[in-house]
Amino acid sequence: MMKLSLGPILWFWSRQTVFEFYGKAADWPVDTIYLGETVCSRRRALKPGDWFGLARDLRACGKDVVLSSQTLIESEADLRQLRKLCEQDEFLVEANDQSALQLACANGIPFVTGPSMNIYNVATLKILARKGLKGWCLPVELGRDTLRQLIRGLDEQGLELPAEVFSWGFLPLAWSSRCFTARHYNLPKDNCEFRCLQHPDGLELRSRESQELFRINGISTLSGARYDLMRELPEMADMGVATVRLSPEHQGMDEVVERFDLVRRGGVPRMDPLTLVEAPPCNGYWYGKPGMDQVRA
Amino acid sequence: MELVCPAGSLPALKAAVDNGADAVYFGFRDSTNARQFAGLNFNDKRAAEGIDYAHARGVRVFCAINTYPQPDGWQQWTSAVDRAAAMGVDAMILADMGLLDYAANRYPDTPRHLSVQGSATSYEALRFYKDNFDIRRAVLPRVLSLDQVKGVARNSPVELEVFAFGSLCIMAEGRCYLSSYLTDESPNTRGACSPAKAVRWQETPQGLESRLNEVLIDRYGDGEAAGYPTLCKGRFKVEGSVYHAIEEPVSLNTMDLLPELKALGISAVKIEGRQRSPAYIADVARTWRQALDRLDAAPDKFVPEAAWRNTLAGLSEGGLTTLGAYHRKWK
Repeated sequence: MMKLSLGPILWFWSRQTVFEFYGKAADWPVDTIYLGETVCSRRRALKPGDWFGLARDLRACGKDVVLSSQTLIESEADLRQLRKLCEQDEFLVEANDQSALQLACANGIPFVTGPSMNIYNVATLKILARKGLKGWCLPVELGRDTLRQLIRGLDEQGLELPAEVFSWGFLPLAWSSRCFTARHYNLPKDNCEFRCLQHPDGLELRSRESQELFRINGISTLSGARYDLMRELPEMADMGVATVRLSPEHQGMDEVVERFDLVRRGGVPRMDPLTLVEAPPCNGYWYGKPGMDQVRA
Repeated sequence: MELVCPAGSLPALKAAVDNGADAVYFGFRDSTNARQFAGLNFNDKRAAEGIDYAHARGVRVFCAINTYPQPDGWQQWTSAVDRAAAMGVDAMILADMGLLDYAANRYPDTPRHLSVQGSATSYEALRFYKDNFDIRRAVLPRVLSLDQVKGVARNSPVELEVFAFGSLCIMAEGRCYLSSYLTDESPNTRGACSPAKAVRWQETPQGLESRLNEVLIDRYGDGEAAGYPTLCKGRFKVEGSVYHAIEEPVSLNTMDLLPELKALGISAVKIEGRQRSPAYIADVARTWRQALDRLDAAPDKFVPEAAWRNTLAGLSEGGLTTLGAYHRKWK
């Protein structure tokens, strides 16, 4: 049976909200939980010690815990944080950029890669496998045809590298040095007043015709539509996908996990609406179409 | 510092060479490079001609093979590496780890430059590429501030090239999927951002509209200059206000920073714009040649001439230039 994972929280939530969220997640039927701040170095509601504490608690509840690295590394301070992460071997590390790859390799610790790592072919996977790669997440812009070829290629090479697919949630699409939330409020990035806290699922960016295009989340830009591959789970299982990643939202997440758990076990979910933030669905990337498209299977 | 100029066609290559480029970079006529435009780039015959032209005049030639091959395209990309090596290019500009590995093993004597698409934003990331693929040079992304460039330069294991002038990508390159989200092509997969095939212009009672795969990117009133609908430079609505929510249509111009870049030991400055005309390339190359020569003559006294500024502003998107992320306040 495919595993379910909870990706790192991409939004900026208060300390209390984060602890409450993982308090509940401890009881959800997810196998793996990714922890850590992956977007903005200014988001320090939780200190490194808090994350390690959470990690130990969740492990004690039977979860596999992975610590995720910041996606855009710009400064020496960013590197200091990253070194702390890559100098421990208590937990597996999710490398989200090449700085993390280097530090994990230099320290000889095993690692997995997140969806922002540039993995597009088997040759790249082979190189990373030699360096200690233990699993990898498909870049969000790639679809089933490429994934099938990658999994087949790994088989042919005799490499066992479990594949994970970002399968539910707003897609992380870009990272910038500019903070778009601060820009919206006409604040400098260095004095942003932590406005992201007011937007636990981002700021909607719409076209002038009110089409939901993107969600602004600090320095990152996410999709305006919610990626949802629930109907594609049987196909993923057939292909040999190891793990299905769900991206945290601050409401309705328990229902989402429950539904995905039912489907991975071969069940048929009720289709009544969930108590989620309203957003159109999309699944285009999986079918090799524009990501925002919704393809009827 | 070396002046590295774009060549989207043989006439553009000659314009760059004739107007003072130290090196030019080009790509093949397919999606193996990050400027895949209809009618642009080089077939093998043209590439060989261009290389001869440049080499005869002491100018180096780099070949950009800087998109990410997927399994069904692998042979097409390795063939591009094979051909570039056979033609005797002075360096290959690569991003994909698999392809870097291939080039390093097959053609160890052809230098490898890490493309900006390789997403290396720190010296640790540069070490990864140096240790594993023995890159000689890396092109830094346009998201770092000057202080951050300083930090990278101080510890870099390789030569550094920075963007000097042209279009401004404000997202970390190599991991921006905005274009494939709205269309089916991205810089990584197809070498295209906001591809022309998806662009539609339409006159409406509200004004001239630009659309990308039918998504309204911008609408221009009377007298407003319309620009290419690069999706991050459109006007969008956030909490009811309509503005350039991501970035204004402006160009990067770092001429003011030349003395600092030189002091940092930066090896080369790069001009963006393989999609630009030969006339544009000639003007930009000539202007930057003059600036670099002036800089070399007296680094302490360097001040850009008003005429250079005017020339560059006239060649910029919306007539505006910015220091971009180099200037901390921009962020």
